[in-house]
Amino acid sequence: MNVFSAYQWSPYAVGIGIGLLNIIALILSNKVLGASTTYVNVSGMIRKWIDPEYVKNNPFYSSNVPNIDWGFMLVLGIILGAFISSLLSGDFGLVLVPPMWANEISDSFFVRFIVAMFGGIVLGIGSRWAGGCTSGHGISGTSQMSIISWVAAMAFFIGGIVTAFLIYGI
Amino acid sequence: MEKLHQNKNMQLLIGLMMGIVFGFLLQKGGVTKYDVILAQLRLTDFTVLKIMLSAVIVTMLGVSYLYPKGIVKLHVKPGSIKNAVIGGLIFGVGFATLGYCPGTIAGAVGNGYLDGLIGGMIGIIIGSGIYAAIYGTLKDKKIISEDRFSGKSLFDSMKGNPFKYTLPFAGVLALIMVIVEWMGL
Repeated sequence: MNVFSAYQWSPYAVGIGIGLLNIIALILSNKVLGASTTYVNVSGMIRKWIDPEYVKNNPFYSSNVPNIDWGFMLVLGIILGAFISSLLSGDFGLVLVPPMWANEISDSFFVRFIVAMFGGIVLGIGSRWAGGCTSGHGISGTSQMSIISWVAAMAFFIGGIVTAFLIYGI
Repeated sequence: MEKLHQNKNMQLLIGLMMGIVFGFLLQKGGVTKYDVILAQLRLTDFTVLKIMLSAVIVTMLGVSYLYPKGIVKLHVKPGSIKNAVIGGLIFGVGFATLGYCPGTIAGAVGNGYLDGLIGGMIGIIIGSGIYAAIYGTLKDKKIISEDRFSGKSLFDSMKGNPFKYTLPFAGVLALIMVIVEWMGL
């Protein structure tokens, strides 16, 4: 069976691949992998389109000017790469409600949509507050031996584990 | 390399190519799926941890080799332990509620998860915009701060060959994975 059409790879192979990719990013682009900054960029670009004065005067956007950058292309690439991988393995399929949520909580798309949007809002605030996400802090920052990133990564999982148990029970 | 770093269009192309490989790997790892992320947070399947720790070991050892030679620069984020704890816990609540993180949600969208596209992605953009709106106040009231760890890497405090420190540390991280496997998770 072709390795590219396999349904799943060993998590260790995937992790080693991501690690090598991070080193290549450092060499070729003088950057590390990270996704969350792109979302604040997009929020700024949308806001700029509606109200350019607001973005000009906002203290966050004026020091983090929203534009289409390396990170934006990276996130766009992630969508494409996952699409290619899932097509090759036959794993692609439109899913409205993830199976675990549907089985244990609710199979209503409306409920899942509201919860996902709420979760996304909280995630967006938290990622900027902490200064990064699971990739930016959790992989790139920790591997560059940043103490702040190690603390952030642990907080992500402590918050996540407690919340998961609150949602699904013990 | 300096020239390549400054070539803006080339960098956008490299970013896209890197993203495609990243997304491909995330999907092959299964972490573009809500069920796999939640299984990690419910502590029944440790795929997420295995991927992250393997990636950390490889990147850390790569940096240990390349940084002293001056081939790569470090990119450590500014901030503080306080921001990391408060922001990190808020992130964790969102992480479990949404079931994806900012990187894997892009992969989930590519995988066909519509709750990720119409719910989650829009939510993250709104949340980021809310943060940008409250950023000035958070800063003025000193709720967010920068401390002595801001932008600092332990690589700069290591005396001599960094492998002296990073190899044993990689061993500890590998041991965690061995224990997880041994427990059958």
